[in-house]
Amino acid sequence: MSRPIRVLVAKPGLDGHDRGAKVVARALRDAGMEVIYTGLRQTPEQIVEAAVQEDVDVVALSILSGAHNTLLPKIVQLLREKGAGDKLVVGGGVIPADDIPYLKSQGIAEIFTPGTPTSESVEFIKSHVRIDA
Amino acid sequence: MLDKDEIEKVGKAREEWEETSVKKTTSRFPERKAEFATDSGIEVKRTYTPEDQKDMDYLNDLGFPGKYPFTRGVQPTMYRGRFWTMRQYAGFGNAEESNARYKYLLSQGQTGLSIAFDLPTQIGYDSDHPLAEGEVGKVGVAISSLADMEVLFDGIPMDKVSTSMTINAPAAVLLAMYIAVAEKQGVSMDKLDGTIQNDILKEYVARGTYIFPPTPSMRLITDIFAFCSANVPKWNTISISGYHIREAGSTAVQEVAFTLADGIAYVDAAMKAGLDVDEFAPRLSFFFNANNNLFQEVAKFRAARRLWAKIMRDRFHAKNPKSWQLRFHTQTGGSTLTAQQPDNNIVRVTLQALEAVLGGTQSLHTNSRDEALSLPTEDSVRIALRTQQIIAYESGAADTIDPLAGSYYVESLTDDIERKAKEYIDKIDDLGGAPKAIEKGFIQKEIQDAAYEYQKAVESGEIVVVGMNKFQIEEQPPKNLLRVDPSVGEKQKERLAKLRSERDNAAVKRTLAEVDRAARGEDNLMPYIIDAVKVYATLGEICDVLRGVFGVYQESVIL
Repeated sequence: MSRPIRVLVAKPGLDGHDRGAKVVARALRDAGMEVIYTGLRQTPEQIVEAAVQEDVDVVALSILSGAHNTLLPKIVQLLREKGAGDKLVVGGGVIPADDIPYLKSQGIAEIFTPGTPTSESVEFIKSHVRIDA
Repeated sequence: MLDKDEIEKVGKAREEWEETSVKKTTSRFPERKAEFATDSGIEVKRTYTPEDQKDMDYLNDLGFPGKYPFTRGVQPTMYRGRFWTMRQYAGFGNAEESNARYKYLLSQGQTGLSIAFDLPTQIGYDSDHPLAEGEVGKVGVAISSLADMEVLFDGIPMDKVSTSMTINAPAAVLLAMYIAVAEKQGVSMDKLDGTIQNDILKEYVARGTYIFPPTPSMRLITDIFAFCSANVPKWNTISISGYHIREAGSTAVQEVAFTLADGIAYVDAAMKAGLDVDEFAPRLSFFFNANNNLFQEVAKFRAARRLWAKIMRDRFHAKNPKSWQLRFHTQTGGSTLTAQQPDNNIVRVTLQALEAVLGGTQSLHTNSRDEALSLPTEDSVRIALRTQQIIAYESGAADTIDPLAGSYYVESLTDDIERKAKEYIDKIDDLGGAPKAIEKGFIQKEIQDAAYEYQKAVESGEIVVVGMNKFQIEEQPPKNLLRVDPSVGEKQKERLAKLRSERDNAAVKRTLAEVDRAARGEDNLMPYIIDAVKVYATLGEICDVLRGVFGVYQESVIL
């Protein structure tokens, strides 16, 4: 039997909008994943450290401050520097469509914008993470 | 209301109607749902009759506008005298850009300013702090020192315009800057009219821009209460906010309950600090959300007013009728807006704005259609402001006071919301008050549970969001979104470097040492903070001193 998918749900940046992060965290948990939530105001360094320490498969980043173009690529870059570039990184929040191609080019696998059902995020993660038991 | 015999007659007739007409219809055409209810779990009946209001005591439960318990409104003439203040929350980029937006809004007939600060400012960091990277000027204007504040209010007459500032943890510093700029314009602080949000408790549970732990935060707040009641008498010293609690996913009842529980905590703290309730309570103000469900929202505003009046009179023994009045600002519900078919949001905002007006708000912000996508463009902000103006000037809704009073349904909802909110407040009292309930995670958990239930109901289709989970269309990504100039952060850094090299640094050092000394003792901090901002000590420097003395809050993560 394969083990459950492990997800770090993190809030980079300074904004306090954690409704989405918490709802998604619960939905992932209800879908059978193991979820760790960081709380607010995490620096890219803190998030990467937690991701490595907790040995997660997925890093799910929620950001509504507008600083996504600065912070999200930085997290991917730091993960790679730590040899953890194989983790699936996804993002969500009020992120303009125009910014999404850039974020994807920087290694963010998918961006979920307002109105996305949590079932879609669950499916995406399940179909993109391979668990080698 | 009707007398007992007549109510009985109505009851008999209703039963007969249910047994005959209703049954006949529902046997062939079932109703849309087995049970109808609001988000707060209040059952919504097929119809309401005088039976539902058989216990109403008009004079005690409703009374007249401007009279206890203020169910019908806080002023005797309400909008027949003057419309609510139309106040659009705005700010982005640097002080120059925001100053231009404010002048534009004032030229379009807006009647008060509402300042949005960027996140570094709200958390007490200067624009050149490492944590400010990527955040400067994004969700509001970047204000690091008095120099920025001078530009922000350049050419805006501070004796004529009232200003609301959404600032909490560092509210004392921004208020000090406001006072200092006004003084330079020749306006003394006793003439200043406006509001600081200054509501830290809801930051811990719903909004997230806290800095210090609860105890020193409450001390900063009561220092502001005391300073303003002596020196800035027209200033609203706090805006106790349910808005963000609702946005975080609470129900309407929870919004009322948690907001008033926070209000109780502030009154308690101020009285414990030795202030007389009637000195500061008239300057307390509130801030609510206008969400979906038109009638529940109108009832919510009425219930909140009545419940607060009772709390202030009976629990805190306030004598001044102004201490009993719940005056409030309203903003339409940001989280009800959809990124899909964004023009539909204009209609949502219209209904929500109408709720606020029917509910007797003192001021109103209407959201712009594009806010689920980015900061609003000037065109979108104008439509949002016009929405208020159409309600005010064309709809007739403002011509009589509390027009839904006496509706069997709205009065029943008002009673239900008050009763259920009171039950929550009693529970919070049992836990030791709002700060303790927050420490235990009770309030956070209640809000999160409601938010998750809502999300599940949307995903199952039980709740329909037009254009999002029903009536969707293929859409192109929206164009013409507002983008903040990415060079704002660099420009702010340069401006700060220049400021730090040109100001009187000895004076900065001296005044900061005084702030430190006052923070360690019991003096009111406000005069020391004013001295520091006047010599251009920055927001970050002042907050660093306070962080050194007070420490910083560590979030208790609850999932």
